[in-house]
Amino acid sequence: MGHTTAEKIFAAHLRDEPFQGTKVLDIDRVLCHEITTPVAIADLEWRGKDRVFDASKIKAVIDHVTPAKDSKTALQAKILRDWARRHEIKDFFDVGRNGVCHAIFPEKGYIRPGFTAIMGDSHTCTHGAFGAFAAGVGTTDLEVGILKGVCAFREPKTIRVNLNGKLPGGVYAKDVILFVIGQLGVNGATDRVIEFHGPVVEAMSMDARMTLCNMAIEAGGTCGICQPDMVTVEYLWPFIEEEYASKAEALADFQNWVADTDAGYDKVLDFDVSALEPQVTYGFKPDCVKSAKEMAGTKVDQVYIGTCTNGRIEDLRQAAAVLKGRMVADSVRGIVSPATPKIFQEALAEGLIQIFMDAGFCVTNPTCGACLGMSNGVLAEGEVCAATSNRNFSGRMGKGGMVHLMSPSTAAATAITGVITDARSF
Amino acid sequence: MKKTFGGPSIFLDRGDINTDEIIPAKYLTEVTKEALKPYCLEDLSLDGFDPKGEKLANARVIVTRDNFGCGSSREHAPWVFEVNEIHTVIAESYARIFRQNMFNCGMLAIELPKEQIDKLFALEQGSGDVDIAINLAEQEIVARGNGIEESCRFEISPFDKALVEAGGWVEYADARY
Repeated sequence: MGHTTAEKIFAAHLRDEPFQGTKVLDIDRVLCHEITTPVAIADLEWRGKDRVFDASKIKAVIDHVTPAKDSKTALQAKILRDWARRHEIKDFFDVGRNGVCHAIFPEKGYIRPGFTAIMGDSHTCTHGAFGAFAAGVGTTDLEVGILKGVCAFREPKTIRVNLNGKLPGGVYAKDVILFVIGQLGVNGATDRVIEFHGPVVEAMSMDARMTLCNMAIEAGGTCGICQPDMVTVEYLWPFIEEEYASKAEALADFQNWVADTDAGYDKVLDFDVSALEPQVTYGFKPDCVKSAKEMAGTKVDQVYIGTCTNGRIEDLRQAAAVLKGRMVADSVRGIVSPATPKIFQEALAEGLIQIFMDAGFCVTNPTCGACLGMSNGVLAEGEVCAATSNRNFSGRMGKGGMVHLMSPSTAAATAITGVITDARSF
Repeated sequence: MKKTFGGPSIFLDRGDINTDEIIPAKYLTEVTKEALKPYCLEDLSLDGFDPKGEKLANARVIVTRDNFGCGSSREHAPWVFEVNEIHTVIAESYARIFRQNMFNCGMLAIELPKEQIDKLFALEQGSGDVDIAINLAEQEIVARGNGIEESCRFEISPFDKALVEAGGWVEYADARY
């Protein structure tokens, strides 16, 4: 029997199998941010083991609360900054050059097909968009990753999701993944990898694939994985052109990680998304999903566009296309946070920032910020936010606040009317 | 260091309890585990639950339903239990990262079938005081409450057991890799 992408990556990275079913893998990328890494650093110091296994494989960014909002967040940033300097971690991104981890690390070309990556952040599953195995872990796994370059996993089973048909206009990767999570449920993929296949994924850009994989964790999935193809090669080409004689050669190499046609799956799900409508969440779990039409009329106080799910340039283009020539409703606070400085600059060059500002949006620097209720747009008790983020848990964006997840396009339409609105109605 | 397990239990009768409920993100700006102590389960939405109540203060074991610890990867969730001396969670199922974080900290995330969890919840009816003893070597729990005793075996992977016995993943990995 053939192998899934995850099985191939596991086989190629196996360092040890201390017990049957427990696989200790060599890790290609240990990614760090200022919220979950400082305690690992402090513990390593306390143990007298303040070392790193390979500074070139460790990448770090200050992204959750940046620039620091108070003494505590300033200390977290300082701990990460001092540690990166001490160990000569060259790929460290501080204020002015920093962006949301799951947007900036791929943008720098750090993630390649067949790689293993861990980070103390549940949305690390995003990086599977490149045909990599990338998993969110806790601080202890991160600490061992930093020190030893390994991480232990139960070898995950794989759920294959075939996305068939053709996405209709005005319907995006975010709508697809919300729909899939609605089908799987919040624990439908626990201890599983979700492998995305089919013409809909093949037609998606890397930005869209990252949106798709970003929310695998919301179904409990360890990682979302897309199959590497020419889209992957084109995205990575500026970073790999010296390693390969041609794009065709890079493609041939990357295709070693494509799942075999006779691979064994835990489950195979087929969805034809040709008639899919824009999706919106309604409760406090990401599998509570309805169509934007069904949710139409729900009043919101704030609209938040950005995050590791939907803060990339294509997302900003989609939102701006709806906002152009229109104004945010008087009752709504619109906030947009481009996910990285590069995306911010592209949005400036394309005139998107002008459109957002003309519409009455507040444009913030790249940061995770309000998505998890830490800064830059925290909700008050009883307030409702339409957000392009990935988590609608009760109080997620502020105690007593409510979050409806949706695509940038739906969020933009909602900002204009002040109530949840299907953008296709404009 | 190897931890101790068992003691008075608190019952959280809801599935999908997420890490934001266990420890809200606003406390993630702390850089020590000890600082998290007052905020355990602060945002849990569950009728009748009091995060400042005696029941939680005395608890050493949490008994709950399915998909416990879903959401964020924050190890602050197991840590807030650890600093409150809750070293054991017994649930129908867990989110992967939370479960691994528990074992990585040398703590126990015991999984039992729904029928067995139902029996434990039944013990809580009445006086409400249930004490659960845990024998890791024998992989057995004994719960006493309401004048009734309920015992059962639990499964734990040899790796997870080795982590608990080593005191956590750092100790285990450091000795081996």
